[in-house]
Formats: sequence, structure tokens, C-alpha cells
Amino acid sequence: MKQKFPLKLALYAAAILFLILFGFPFVFTLLSSFKTKMDYMTNLWGFPKTIFLGNYVTIVRKGFFTYLTNSIFVTMVSLALTLAFSSMAGYAFAKLHFRLNQILFTLFLVGMMIPVHTTLIPIYQLTKWLKLYNQTTALIGPYVSFTLPLSIFVITNYFKTIPEELREAALVDGCSHFRIYLQIMLPLSIPALSTVAIVDFLHTWNEFMYSFILIDDPGKMTLPLGVRFFASSETADLPATLTCLLCASLPVMLFYFFSQENVINGLAAGAVKG
Amino acid sequence: MVTNSQKLLYKKKYDPKEQRMAFLFVFPALAVYGLYNAFCVFMTFFYSFHKWTGISQKMDFIGIQNYINAFQDQGLMLALRNNIILVVVSLGVQIPLGMVLALLLASIGRGSKFFRTVYFMPMLLSTVATGLLWTYLYDPYFGLINAVLNLIGLSSWATAWLGQTKTALGAVLVVICWQYTPQYMVLLRAGMAGIPEDIYEAAALDGAIGVRRFFMITLPLLSGTIKTCATLSLVGSLKYFDLIYVMTKGGPGNATDVMATYMYKRGFVEFNMGYGSSLAIFMLMVSLILTTIFRTATRRDYSGLEAAK
Repeated sequence: MKQKFPLKLALYAAAILFLILFGFPFVFTLLSSFKTKMDYMTNLWGFPKTIFLGNYVTIVRKGFFTYLTNSIFVTMVSLALTLAFSSMAGYAFAKLHFRLNQILFTLFLVGMMIPVHTTLIPIYQLTKWLKLYNQTTALIGPYVSFTLPLSIFVITNYFKTIPEELREAALVDGCSHFRIYLQIMLPLSIPALSTVAIVDFLHTWNEFMYSFILIDDPGKMTLPLGVRFFASSETADLPATLTCLLCASLPVMLFYFFSQENVINGLAAGAVKG
Repeated sequence: MVTNSQKLLYKKKYDPKEQRMAFLFVFPALAVYGLYNAFCVFMTFFYSFHKWTGISQKMDFIGIQNYINAFQDQGLMLALRNNIILVVVSLGVQIPLGMVLALLLASIGRGSKFFRTVYFMPMLLSTVATGLLWTYLYDPYFGLINAVLNLIGLSSWATAWLGQTKTALGAVLVVICWQYTPQYMVLLRAGMAGIPEDIYEAAALDGAIGVRRFFMITLPLLSGTIKTCATLSLVGSLKYFDLIYVMTKGGPGNATDVMATYMYKRGFVEFNMGYGSSLAIFMLMVSLILTTIFRTATRRDYSGLEAAK
């Protein structure tokens, strides 16, 4: 026992060192958000001299809620479509006999290997052609398309584990495929669906590349883009920019603190084939 | 209606009604994916054989000239080199560090949940937020990094981290590790939790404890997870864009350019989308080739170990 104590101590020392490394930037951001510009420059480290809420006023005045609304809109619509489309396709791939089953499934899987940059130029052209350039809605297509492969993969694999007897009993009773999908498969697949929802939510909420090439009107920007725009137009106001990026990350942070296990497990599951 | 016994009997024959249903179920996903993924990859390939600005209608077929130019493009080769460095650092730093963190979390009992919560937080930030935050931390005058260096008496080390060719790439790599290490920590931790306790107990009887236990039991049983992590890291590093673009735009000069930022600049900043497309295809090829090599090189028979699990 005597020899064990210093080991424990060393472990905790290391753990705390990493805690500072990973956690301090967040504390720094939070503290800075309450500082005036002067306070930030002269007192980088410490607690704010007074609780200054001006930064929060600034970001609201500069359109923070516009970015937030756009982000919520794009994320929710994309997420709903991805979940619907991928679970429908998953039902066909896992449970139905049809000629192209394997080929189409593989086609979707290949999508996980393709870097987004390979489609950037055509998507830019396509969006202009569809007259969607500089519209928040322009992002929905690419977001759904790029979250589909992983979602289909996870959901199909989960559907395969649902006993075939359930479905057959329903078929014998004259239940349609659509009702089987809606009333048997979906309710039984909540764990897989929530994993997919979490992974897709994080990807879509934080996505930068597509929004960067498809939108440059500040009124249509999503949060990551908006934060960057804010930073470049308020270069001198560092505390305000830090406040802006803190608030942009807040929804995800809150979500994480309330369902930590789900987020971590979801990302671990999603990463396996991501 | 076909009964189930019939269906089992003619398993290879397709029921036309079921085929139609299947098509209806797959159609929405296929339509979106077909348009934005499959069709667009094909179009990139098509554009890559043309001289084209991307804004005018004028598009000249020039065969493989774009590819010939790409292979002679110093900028692209530098970007490729940086990309390889990024791959090596990701594999060599993020995964081992993730392993250290996972072991640390497994070893400390009390409070490990709290530590894990905090360690994981960088994964939740958008790369834009991470990039901006670290740009401020690196700031030569009001940055935290230089302030720390001054505090501990290393003020001679303080410098404009992102502004100099010498230090910029290293500075960006640190941030990339900061952001992605937690992901590997979580994956490896999950892998460790999946190793049954009785294996450790049996090994302890044979004298495998402490460091030996790690190298003889934990590490071999985690090889599948490690391979997953390495594949993720490889694929991710090769298409890396966000953080580098936010922090340095590939600069100073093109000291921190990677393939994706270089492609973006040629295609979207200089409006040379024909050439940009050929760079995108080049990226795709490098990605596919390296992943294939990696997969072949690490293909080993894990079946015995899987069975042990």
C-alpha cells in the first residue's frame, strides 16, 4: 500500500496537467467574454475586473441570432431528411429482396471514402444553376447527401439485428411494408437512430466547407461562417469575438452536458466507419 | 400474396412487388446521393480535362494537360509534403497520446468521469471556433502562449507563431492534435472497456502485471481498435482543410498549405476550376492509394484475437 500512494499521486498530477491543456482554453474564453477590450489586453489571465456584458450586447447587435436561426433551420431540416431517407433505404437494404441490393449498398458505402473536396466545384456550379447560391437552403442537399452513407450503414446493420419473425408475422396479417417500417422497425431502432442523429447533428452544426463556398451573404450564414465573418469584421474586438464563438458552441456544449454518454457512445460508434 | 414458405423456396427469384417496394424505399436517398455525390464526382472528373475558369461558358478540352501541370506544380508538391507530415503527426502523436489518456482514465478511479468530460470538450467545438480561439492564443502581442513563455522565463522563445514560415506548420499541427486526440481517447477507452476482466486475471496468474500487462494483453487485444483509429486518422488528415484555412489560409506564403487548401485557392480564389478539378481528382487518388496501401500493410489475421475477446 505504501508504494501505491505516490503512483496514484503521479497519475492525478498527469490527469490535472491534461485537464489544464484541454480545459483551460474554454475557461479562458468564458472569462474573456466578460472583459472589456482594455481589461482583456492588460489582464489576459485573470478574472475580469468587472462583469462586463457589453460583448454579449455586441454579438446580438451584429446578427448572432440570424446565424443561430439559420443554423437551427439547416441542421433540423437536414437531420430530419437524413433520418427519414436513411432509415427507409436501410429497411430496403436490410429486409427486402431486390436485384440491386448489394450494388446500391456498396455505392453508398463508397461515399464514406470520398473527400468532400472532390465534389466541391460541381456542387458550386449545380447550386448556381439551381439559383440557390447565397440561400441557406442551398446547404440542405449537400448536408443530407454527405451524412447519408454513414447513416445508412449504421441503420442497415441495426435493422438486420431485428428478428425476421416480427416482420413475417406482420406480413401474414396483411400489414404493408410501409406500416412495418413505420410501426415496427422505427420504434425498435431508437438506439441506432439516436446514434445517427447525434453524429449527423454535430457534423452539420459545425460544418464549414460547403457553407463557405455556397454562401457569402451575412444574412444567410450559418454559425461557423458567421463567427468567422464576425471575427474578420471586428478584428480589434477580441473579447467580443471570443464571446461570439463561445455562444456559437453553447448549444452543442449544453447538449453534451445533458446527455454525455449518448454523445460519446454515438461518436465512438459513428467513427468506426467514418 | 406470396407465402413465406414459397418465398424461402424461391429465395433467388425476386418478387416483382417487393422489388417495386424496395425501389420506392431506396429512391429518396438514392436521388439526393446520386445528384450530390455520384454525379458530382463524375463532373469533377469531366471538368478536370478542360481549361475552364468556372464562371464563363467557355470550356476547352485539353486532355490530360491539367494533370501534367499538376505533377510539375511546386505548390502542389509542397502541399502534398505538408499533408504527409500531417498524416505522420496524426498517427504518431494523436493515437499514442489518446492511448495515454485512455490508460490514465482507466487507472484513476475517483473523478475519472469528470476528467473525461473535460478532455472530450475540444471535439465539440466547430473547427472555425477552434481555429479562431487558437489564433488568439498564438497572438504575438496579446496571446496566452507568449504570456506563458514570458512568465516561465522563456521570453526569448516568444514569437509570432503563425506568422513565420519556420513555426507556422508546427503551430497548426499542435492545434490539430489538441482537437482530435480526444476522439482517439474515446475510441481506445471503449476498446479497453471491451476486454473481459478474466483475461487480465488469467494473465496476472501468469505474471503479466503493470507494463507487461499492457504490452502483452491490452495492446494486442486493442489492435483492431488501433487500426480503426489509424484509418480514421489517415483519411481525415488527407482531406484536412478547415482549421488550416481558418488559422493561416495556407500561409505565410504557402508554408502551411495542404492539398485541400491548395485546391480551394486554385479553383475558387483564382477561378481556375478546370485545374482545381484535376487537383481534386489528384487528392482522391492519393487518398485511395494510401488507404489501400495502409489496409494491405496492416491486414493480419485477427481472428484468433477476436475469438479471445
